Amino acid sequence: MTGKDFLCLTPFLIIAMAPVVIMIVISILRNYKVVYGFSVLSLLAAFGSIFFVLPSVPHTIQPLFIIDVYSLFFLGIIIISALLVTFLSYDYIKQLEGVSEEYYIIIFTSTLGASLLAVANHFILFFLGIETLSISLYILIAFQRSKSNSIEAGIKYLILASVSSAFLLFGMALIYTAFGTMQFGAIVAALVTRDPLSPLVLSGFAMMMVGIGFKLALVPFHMWTPDVYQGAPAPVSAYIATVSKGAVMAILIRFFFILRGFNNHYLFVAISAIAILSMFVGNILAIRQKNIKRLLGYSSIANMGYLIIILLTGSNKGIQASIFYLISYFITTIGAFGVITLLSSCEYEAEKIEDFKGLFWKRPWIAIVFTLSLLSLAGIPVTAGFIAKFYVIMEGMKAGLTVLIISLIINSVIGLYYYLRIITMLFSTSSDTKLPELSFIGNITLGIIGLSILILGIYPGWLIDIIVRFVSL
Amino acid sequence: MILIYLIVILLAGAILSWFTGKHNPVWPRIISLIALSIDLIIISLYVIRSIPSYKDWLIDIKFDWIPAFGISMHLALDGLSLVMLILTFFLGIISVIISWNEINSKVGFFHFNLLLILAGITGVFLSLDLFLFYFFWELMLVPMYFLIGIWGHENRTAASNKFFLYTQASGLLIFISIIALYFVHGHSTGVYTFDYLQLLGTSMPSSTAFLIMLGFLAAFLVKLPVVPLHNWLPDAHTEAPTAGSLILAALLLKTGAYGLLRFIVPLFPSESVTFAPIGMLLGVAGILYGAKLAFAQTDLKRLVAYTSVSHMGFVILGVFSFNELAYQGVVIQMIAHGISTGALFVLVGQLYERIHTRDINKMGGLWEKAPVMGAIGLIFSMASLGLPGLGNFIAELLILIGAFKANVLMSCLASLGLIAATIYSLRIVQKVFLGKKDTDWKMNDLTLREKVVSAALVIAIVWLGLFPQPVLNTAKPALLKTLNKQKEITFQNSIPNSDNAENILCEPSCNPLCTFVVKANSFNHKGSQSKTQSNTKGKKLL
Repeated sequence: MTGKDFLCLTPFLIIAMAPVVIMIVISILRNYKVVYGFSVLSLLAAFGSIFFVLPSVPHTIQPLFIIDVYSLFFLGIIIISALLVTFLSYDYIKQLEGVSEEYYIIIFTSTLGASLLAVANHFILFFLGIETLSISLYILIAFQRSKSNSIEAGIKYLILASVSSAFLLFGMALIYTAFGTMQFGAIVAALVTRDPLSPLVLSGFAMMMVGIGFKLALVPFHMWTPDVYQGAPAPVSAYIATVSKGAVMAILIRFFFILRGFNNHYLFVAISAIAILSMFVGNILAIRQKNIKRLLGYSSIANMGYLIIILLTGSNKGIQASIFYLISYFITTIGAFGVITLLSSCEYEAEKIEDFKGLFWKRPWIAIVFTLSLLSLAGIPVTAGFIAKFYVIMEGMKAGLTVLIISLIINSVIGLYYYLRIITMLFSTSSDTKLPELSFIGNITLGIIGLSILILGIYPGWLIDIIVRFVSL
Repeated sequence: MILIYLIVILLAGAILSWFTGKHNPVWPRIISLIALSIDLIIISLYVIRSIPSYKDWLIDIKFDWIPAFGISMHLALDGLSLVMLILTFFLGIISVIISWNEINSKVGFFHFNLLLILAGITGVFLSLDLFLFYFFWELMLVPMYFLIGIWGHENRTAASNKFFLYTQASGLLIFISIIALYFVHGHSTGVYTFDYLQLLGTSMPSSTAFLIMLGFLAAFLVKLPVVPLHNWLPDAHTEAPTAGSLILAALLLKTGAYGLLRFIVPLFPSESVTFAPIGMLLGVAGILYGAKLAFAQTDLKRLVAYTSVSHMGFVILGVFSFNELAYQGVVIQMIAHGISTGALFVLVGQLYERIHTRDINKMGGLWEKAPVMGAIGLIFSMASLGLPGLGNFIAELLILIGAFKANVLMSCLASLGLIAATIYSLRIVQKVFLGKKDTDWKMNDLTLREKVVSAALVIAIVWLGLFPQPVLNTAKPALLKTLNKQKEITFQNSIPNSDNAENILCEPSCNPLCTFVVKANSFNHKGSQSKTQSNTKGKKLL
């Protein structure tokens, strides 16, 4: 490896070093604040190092890594999301005496797995990244060992994720059998010369699709989502919904675009069907939910359905739209889960819709952020979600994906119905539920999130400019 | 810049109201009054200064918003928007005053929402960028939802949800249409923009244009509302607090009518003609069905709500008549209905504050108790039935005459609506103020504050009935602009050789439409110029 290789891997090295350091620190002195401060600083350093790497990209480290602006952009999004989740976790995790420091170790390992997905150029790194991410997530989901539904969620995720990984691995193996290579570029080259519709290749792609579909919680691989979202601690749910899905999305977009999968009729139909199913199933199942974490789980299924429409546009503009959508979705989701986190404690999760009754009159500040998040998820103007949906609709219409766009529109209305139900609850006359005091860090973070939702909703031009100028595949 | 100030003042007022409301409930009221008064004064100064002479736009400002998509902050003011803005700020002030005693909880947040709705409405009346228009169109919704959902009556939650879902679903249809128009225009010219002035005269296949128009229509007709899509209106009106009903009826519905005039007719000139028979039919159905339902109600507020459906039927009828008389009627109707129905809602609110019921079977003989209130009620019931001398008469007469030229049958059927209006209006007076009293209500007559509000509304409706000319003059150039666009295209479609159009235009007698074109062109400062332009455009089209 050359010096330039190391330079380009700085963010990853920082993220990989941090958990080791934390482990050593814990063995010497168990101090929550020190570990917390160190984690935040490391994440900030990793984020800062992206700008340090930026001048020397694009750079390929054979055979595994490809570091370009696209991957750095995703890396940035992943790290910022991890940082926001860390901010929101402070009080919640602090109450878990004895194990609270280890939480941050696992946050780092999972973030490492996620960021590897952003730079993977090879099946090996793809699989390594996904496994690092998943194994860390098993632990995070079951982090509250004393709670039965947390353990249940962890085991459920463990079993299903293993099965899906097996599918993914088998799919990779089949493709390797067909082409004799696992590098994305080489596969594309091989596809030109071979028959792309041979049963071997098709079944390989289909199996990979199952694996990826599971990680993104697309219908019909979505069954785990509500249970895991409900059972996991609130900040971890936020983490799964954002970092984990965003990273898988990063590699899916790259793989799909390098492969020009949208030109393949079978893949096109399969993805359209999955997108439409995800939107409808996610939204319709969300309507009857009484538990907000489950509801957000279903809503995330629908949102991923909207997002994979972009795969079929087959243009760089589509990728840019998907990145804007992901950014807005991340901010919004972390905002919504952040509110739940701040109102929850280890003993009691504020997850029933009734828990939020009259929140606006008692805690106007976080109720506003929650309202903004929900309106943004519903895609109402003045919020980031509106511009994001608009962007996706624009690119979808441009590519002539009329049926998909119409389903998106119909689903927006269905979605609105259940988001409205929560908002109504927030503003109804208050009951006497007791609310915990809010932490300073949590308040500030929610403030930033609320403000970002508004800024991206009212003045998104600058971010779109940045994305359009720099990000392409 | 002054147009942006109008909106910014309202937004600033909204935020200030919210923050000061925590300390003292009087502050938000005063702040809202000040913000709305400033806006009213600014806009009135414009009327006085520059009314008689304007060509296209009184003010026109434009700067980039999201340049990547060709979205700009394009606001412009012409006679039509000017008239609508005056109505908006005037009724905005009224709605703050009438809420003075009615709203006692969460006063700051109430006024925040109120001013936000008014800011959204102001934006809708000013936007000349379709994306910006949609932005404001949706901006009105969320605060209105809160207004109904938090301060409304018993079934407020269901009503507010219904309102939101209806308008949002139709809003998404217009959104799709806007984007489709954007792409159609972009493909044919290479310029991707949401700018209204550039999108005017986009050449596209008629079937495409018709589909796109249906999306626009969906949003406007739901908002207006037209009969099969009116279901949200009675619930929303009935459950909303008085100020909410006032703004809903007097302003929010008008955004639908404004949309028809500003967007449907100029953007889709020949397609809207194709749609006209259905449009007029929907209008007549609205007039008669709304009136019938109004007559059947026992809840006074619901009754007034259904009269809105009936009155708005006239607006649709007028819009799809495509002539100047009808359009003038439409403008007057928008204002007259805003004032008269608004006033009736205020009256219902005042009654409810005193006797805590809206059931007209429990009322009766209230004139003795409250003669001033009775007199006000009588005046506005008369306005509602179209008594000469009050604004609604002028409006409905102009619309009926205009519609008669376009479609005799529809016009005759619509005129039956006047009889129906007489029946339900007189029923209000009879059941509430006259008749025998079943219950001996203890109630006071109007207080000074309420008298001032009522007097302002009475003056407005009488003034509109006696001197409608200033309003007509103000709106006229804008309406002619709309109609000219319309005529150019339809003439080219009906007459293969555009040179012949000139000849026909010279003989006003041969076609009633022609007289209007001739008249229109004499009003238009660059009439001949635009005609030659239109002819060349016609050749291109052919």
